[in-house]
Amino acid sequence: MSTRRVVVTGIGALTPIGKTAPDFWNGLVSGKNGVRHVEHFDTSDFATKFAAQIEDYEPTDYFDRKEARRLDKVAQYGIIASDEAIEDSKLDLDKINKDEVAVLVGTGIGGMETFYNQSVSFHEHGPRGVSPFFIPMLIPDIVSGQISIRHGFRGPNFCAVSACATGSHNIGLAYDAIRHGQSTYAIAGGTEAPVTRIGISGFNSMKAMSTRNDSPETASRPFDKDRDGFVLGEGAGIFVLEELESALERGARIYGEIAGYGFSADAYHITAPDPDGNGVILAMTKAMEAAGIKPEDVDHINMHGTSTPLGDVAESNTIKKVFGEHAEKINCNSTKSMHGHTLGAAGAIESIASLLSIYHGMVPPTINLENQDPECDLNYTANEAAVRDVEYALNNAFGFGGHNSTLVLKKYKD
Amino acid sequence: MSQDVESKVKAIIVDKLGVDESEVTADANFTNDLGADSLDTVELIMEFEKEFDLSIPDEDAENIATVGDATTYLSGKLS
Repeated sequence: MSTRRVVVTGIGALTPIGKTAPDFWNGLVSGKNGVRHVEHFDTSDFATKFAAQIEDYEPTDYFDRKEARRLDKVAQYGIIASDEAIEDSKLDLDKINKDEVAVLVGTGIGGMETFYNQSVSFHEHGPRGVSPFFIPMLIPDIVSGQISIRHGFRGPNFCAVSACATGSHNIGLAYDAIRHGQSTYAIAGGTEAPVTRIGISGFNSMKAMSTRNDSPETASRPFDKDRDGFVLGEGAGIFVLEELESALERGARIYGEIAGYGFSADAYHITAPDPDGNGVILAMTKAMEAAGIKPEDVDHINMHGTSTPLGDVAESNTIKKVFGEHAEKINCNSTKSMHGHTLGAAGAIESIASLLSIYHGMVPPTINLENQDPECDLNYTANEAAVRDVEYALNNAFGFGGHNSTLVLKKYKD
Repeated sequence: MSQDVESKVKAIIVDKLGVDESEVTADANFTNDLGADSLDTVELIMEFEKEFDLSIPDEDAENIATVGDATTYLSGKLS
């Protein structure tokens, strides 16, 4: 059978700069800052004392008390964003064939807070101190499972796990599930809840995070010469993907189209980027080939751009290699400057940013770009959103382990 | 003492199962009346062990199906 086209008909976002997709978009274009001091535990002996956090998050605003206790925050976030995306899609869940709904919602880590709490309980009480909910709250695939149980979706159900490329890989796999006729609909994206004692400690030990404690709101500054590491974030981003004919038939709002992806590996180092960018070149090139486009067709790239000294230079150089002279005509950005690095949710949250850029004809800024690093010399849409008619956007996501994923998002046309 | 056991048992059940205190009557069955699944009941037993600092063997736990079963069993163990 010929492959089918896949469009986005629903969006859900729970982020540090907006707790719904419309609020997230408003935050993006107005340059909102989601970074602030961590207050839910004592950070006095932590090297980093801040993170990009969801504002005033109360589980019981979304779940009853028992449900909230049975779900790690990583699952809570994924469920909240998927509920929003499903509602936004206006799919009639009483009418559609639920065998046709895939769920691929990933997390890079899983239930990190649960792992911590149960380890403490084991330490204090021994084996019998470990909750029967420990494993089902911990495992990364539980988010897809919970979403399917909540709504009765019986299509393909699992998740890819690829650290900070997780959200992107899951969207790519969900696109395949629809394209190849496995499903008509897919709930796809990523979620992460890493703002925990053990999470911050781990990334601090790697010297990967900014320690700009005296000015957290300026800490996430991709491509700026004074950047000193990434800022940890949290949240979830979910797409409802749908086969084009199904969307047209029911008169659904179409935000845009998924046009292809490129997956690859650096095969270089567990955490450092390959300075030659060979793996990333491969991902971007494959993605454009899959979408049937040339580099000159690309108007916008939402970069991985984590605000680390090495990563931002390597990715910028790679874009120059792939796009040549056209690179300077592209509105690049890193929205992590606003919502931090949400790890397994990043590829999904930022794909939402890219797709809404296409939908609204406007590219959100990279904020905190005060003194651009001479080694990062692209147009990063510094500090102010740019009006731009975007037909094709790329979204880059790279994960520890050397996993690369580039998605091609496209303006919907008949 | 048994008043104390009863109130502690009730508090655990209200907290873990997210039910209203008024539902936690002596003859309320964890599974049929209070909506507990198999994992919930394991967790309840573990919470009783922690709260009362004792060990409940699996063969005893199997016979604790209602709020009354729990308070009777625990009161007996603690007397």
